[in-house]
Order: sequence, then structure tokens, then C-alpha cells
Amino acid sequence: MSVLIIDHNLCNIDSIVRAVEKCGGAPVVSATPQALEKAERLILPGVGNFTEAMTVLHTTGWARAITDAVSRNKIPLLGICLGMQLLATRGEEGGDTAGLDLIPGKVLKLAPADTKLRIPHVGWNEVVQRCADPIFNDVDNRKDFYFVHSYHFVPSDPETILSTTPYGLDLVSSIRKGNIYGMQFHPEKSMKAGAQLLRNFLA
Amino acid sequence: MLKIRIIPVILYKNHGLVKGVSFQSWRRIGTAVPAIKVYESRQVDELIFLDIAATPEKRMVDYMEIDRLADECSMPLTVGGGVKTTDDFYRLLRAGADKISVNTGILENPGLIDDASGLYGTQCVVASIDFKRRANGSCEVYSGCGTHPTGKDPVAWAKEVAERGAGEILLTSIDRDGTMAGYETDLIRQVAESVPVPVIASGGAGSYEHMRQAISNGKADALAAASIFHFTEQTPVEAKRYLAAQGFNIRM
Repeated sequence: MSVLIIDHNLCNIDSIVRAVEKCGGAPVVSATPQALEKAERLILPGVGNFTEAMTVLHTTGWARAITDAVSRNKIPLLGICLGMQLLATRGEEGGDTAGLDLIPGKVLKLAPADTKLRIPHVGWNEVVQRCADPIFNDVDNRKDFYFVHSYHFVPSDPETILSTTPYGLDLVSSIRKGNIYGMQFHPEKSMKAGAQLLRNFLA
Repeated sequence: MLKIRIIPVILYKNHGLVKGVSFQSWRRIGTAVPAIKVYESRQVDELIFLDIAATPEKRMVDYMEIDRLADECSMPLTVGGGVKTTDDFYRLLRAGADKISVNTGILENPGLIDDASGLYGTQCVVASIDFKRRANGSCEVYSGCGTHPTGKDPVAWAKEVAERGAGEILLTSIDRDGTMAGYETDLIRQVAESVPVPVIASGGAGSYEHMRQAISNGKADALAAASIFHFTEQTPVEAKRYLAAQGFNIRM
């Protein structure tokens, strides 16, 4: 299984490469869309800043290439952390910016009513599965996954919500629209349970 | 619920794993890769890896070495040692670090926090603050791996780093480091109540009860510990069992 990992220069690619290898995939890292033809899966990783990342995706041609690959060729795409947020219509980190608009919604700063809650949301928190989806095969409901983020995805269509995670509010921790998946937590840093999610994505 | 994290700290010097007391008398206690493999097999919450010789030797942590060590880690990895520029951040992130710990680098150039968090996000900037208690009872921030007093108040400095965009604070008591006499709970609490970002308590853990105190009294979000895991029979897994039995939210 050829897995193309989109390198927009703003994240730790290594851990995703290793995780994909361990899950039986053949990772290919590319900073430009040329390598897209043979890809059977696409992963859009990312830590960092929404506006910076969108600028890179546009400059490199990735923004259009990703949209074509998932819309026309129906290649399954997984956005991780900032990569999930970039799937949204708009984001407010670094100023109001248009996202890839693959899953309708907005990315907002986490602002829990309980001011004792720390921002960023860092550490292990439970993923409450909101529907039966093959991505959760052999993953226990309410299993802990590793989060590290200050912004969160608010989808326009509740039907796209796969899971939520309690942190003052029920933040959307994973989403799906057809062949497009997003995970706010880091499966590549969530050890055994994270590896199972990646295997399910590659299945 | 978000879980309280237990984070083993790996201190590294001249290709070896070391541990000292109050940032001195470093004892070599093994090599890094086997230690990381043990923590990996025990599925610890996170790891912190600090090259303590980097700043005194005026160099950055060896990112080739980090690349090798990160291959062994499927848990989140924080790396520090001699980080001075956003290029250093870039190289360490590319080598496999998830978060970068900076201490002397941000004391010399506080703007590094703003620059790095702007480029790579606040979540990857861990501001490390080492402090000592003065004879009069007040606390002071030290740079250069505990060698240079800065005159800064740890609470004020913690507020500044958080405002500039640090995503977490690693707060280490130099006095307590390696003593296993318990965390500096009072200052941990003062810092935790002054900043919106998570605070990792460090320095002094000698028992699971010390960890409980750092959470209950110190309001810490995570507990870093080294000597307790290197020199005693106590383990991260048992620490978590103890804390879970006390009613804390722990990832088991």
C-alpha cells in the first residue's frame, strides 16, 4: 500500500513515516504533488500555524492536487492535527484564512468556559466514538489518545462527526466525509491504539 | 477527561545517560537507547530528552542522535539542549522531536518564543525554567544548566513565556533535583495559578506520594521524574496505579 505523506515543511514527518511502516504501509514523503499518481492513500500531517500551512499548500500546488485526488480519484485522505483543521472551510489561526474546504466547517480557538482548563490542550484524553465506522475496528470506545492543540474543528454538518472528546466542551476529535478523514489527536504518537487506527485507514 | 501525565526524563551527556544532584555530580547510569526501549515497552505517557552538556559546550543537541533515538519512540518526545534559533527548532522537529524544550536560549533571546511559536505552533515550544530558592525564601531563575543566576522571578518569567507563545512550562527546582526529597510544591502552585498553559513539575520526586502532592497541592498538569525511576524500584506504571487509586485521572 503506497501511502503518500504530504510534506509542507511544518511538521515532524518522521514519526508518521515510522508509524505507517509499522502498520505495513509503504510511505513516500513528497514536498510536491508529482508523486501523487501512484498513491493509494494520502496523509496530510501538520503541527504549526493554519495560515502558514495554507500558504505552503498553495505555493507548492498541493492545495489543488489534494482536492483533485480526493474528489476526482477518490483517494482516501487522512488529515492529522493541523492536517485535519486544514480540511475546513475557514480557520482563524493567524488571521481569517480559507482552508481546503473538503469538509464544511470552521476552525476556532479553544475557549472552554471553565477557565481552569489549560490551553493548549496537551496530553492523553479519551476519544468517544459517536458512530460505528470501520476506522474504529478493534479500538475500544473511550480509549485515550494523545492531543496537542489550541484550535478545534467545528463542522457545519454534525453527520461528519466520528468522535468527540471532553475538554470543557465536546470537541470534535475525528471527522469523516466519504473518503476524507480527519483526526485532531495524533495516532502516530498514540502507541498501540493509534497504530490500530492507522491500520484501519490503510485497510 | 484529560489525564495527568507521568514523564520520565532522560538526561544525556557525552553519549551516556546521566543523573546528578542539584545539577552537579553527574553519574553515568547507562546508555540512552536501552532506557528508551524500556519506556517504550511500558507505554509511558511521554518522554523528555535533554542534552545537558550542549549549552555549556556552546553547541546544539546532536540532531542525528535524536533522529536515531526518535526511531525507538512511539510516544510523544520532547527534546532540549542548546537550542538557540528557529533553525534549531526546524532541525529537531525534522529529526523526530514532537516538542522542543528551550531554556538558556529564551533567556538570552525571549523573542525566540514568539518566532518559533509563530512558525511551528505554540504546542511545540516547551519553556524550561530552572530555579533556586534564595536564603531569604524568594526564588530566582538560573540559566546555563543551573550555572548563571539571572535575577528573574520564576513566576514573572513564566507569565512572560506563556504570553509570548510557549505551549507548556517545564519547571525544575535545582535545589530538589536528584535529592528525591519531594517537589517544590509551593512554587509549582504559584506558577500553575499564574499561567494558562500546562505546567510540568520537575525536580525532587522520590515517592508516589510526592507526585500526589505536586498534583493536589502544586496543581501540576504533568510530573517529570528521573532519579526515582533510575535509582529505586519504583516505576511509571506503579506511580500511575497509585495516583489512579487516589482518584486522579490517569491513563492506564
